[in-house]
Amino acid sequence: MHEMMVAENLLAAISDEAAKRNVKPIGAKISCGKLYAINDEALCFAFEAIAKGTACEALKLQIEHKPIQGRCKKCNETFNVDFSSPKCPKCSSEDFELLPDAPLLLEEIEF
Amino acid sequence: MQKVNVGKKILSANAEFAMNNILLLAEHKVLCLNMISSPGSGKTTILTRTINELKDKIKIGVVEGDVQTDIDAERIRATKAPVVQINTDGACHLSAAQVNKALKNLPMDDLNLIFIENVGNLVCPSAFELGEAGKIVVLSVAEGDDKPAKYPSIFAKSKVLLINKIDLLSAGAQVDFDVERVKADARKLNKSIEIFLISAKSGEGMSDWYDWLIRSVEKNRQ
Repeated sequence: MHEMMVAENLLAAISDEAAKRNVKPIGAKISCGKLYAINDEALCFAFEAIAKGTACEALKLQIEHKPIQGRCKKCNETFNVDFSSPKCPKCSSEDFELLPDAPLLLEEIEF
Repeated sequence: MQKVNVGKKILSANAEFAMNNILLLAEHKVLCLNMISSPGSGKTTILTRTINELKDKIKIGVVEGDVQTDIDAERIRATKAPVVQINTDGACHLSAAQVNKALKNLPMDDLNLIFIENVGNLVCPSAFELGEAGKIVVLSVAEGDDKPAKYPSIFAKSKVLLINKIDLLSAGAQVDFDVERVKADARKLNKSIEIFLISAKSGEGMSDWYDWLIRSVEKNRQ
């Protein structure tokens, strides 16, 4: 349940941005790399629990998971890594390095 | 309804502390390894044996992460190695800020290597960078050989896989664990992962792990 810590940081960021613009947010779009292992249901549940009684109560979260990226050590191709069969789509080599995960971003607020 | 683009990093506070930790460790030329596994895989036993047997070669300190108690820190303290216990009070992983505070309470100038023993959990700790030079994932044979397939993130991200409790695989023991399957699954995710088969209880296989540690500490000092 690392989603609780993510939810706390997310609530602070949304509240902050909303206060700056003096709006009541009704939705937010976030994105993160798959290696963050964020479970949508757990994150929404945690967010709902801590947002109760704040301006973000009833806010709908939309979560986009960015694919894991790797770089082939043989042909240098950058590609989306599928953990069920991880290999380079160009040269089929299984020797690749994992690229840093896409950051956890608050992309958009709806109000 | 209106929309505004924000593009704000959510865990940037954690990333900042992780960067501070990298700088702090580099300043003191200390190698830092983040140990991650399920509860009960034998992390603390691996550490106490490693500390005792490498006493004359590497000066090791430990940051202990647990939800509650200082049981593990007590075990480390018995080896005379410096240790700081962090209690997360329910959180399933350590954060870079907690580790930053702990590092400042360790005698960094007298150490070559710091192990962070993360909270027992194969999922959450893998999402939080602490400023370590590498992750060590521990899997004990009693947990089953399907773990790399089921929890790929941590195996994909780790420098080393320690397969522990191999003494349980000896004749007569009731443990079904296909070592070759685990090796193949882990290497499929991470071709450069180093794999050591060990028993922290009997000492079997520990010398290869020690050689890797000594080499890594040497490299970090240069």
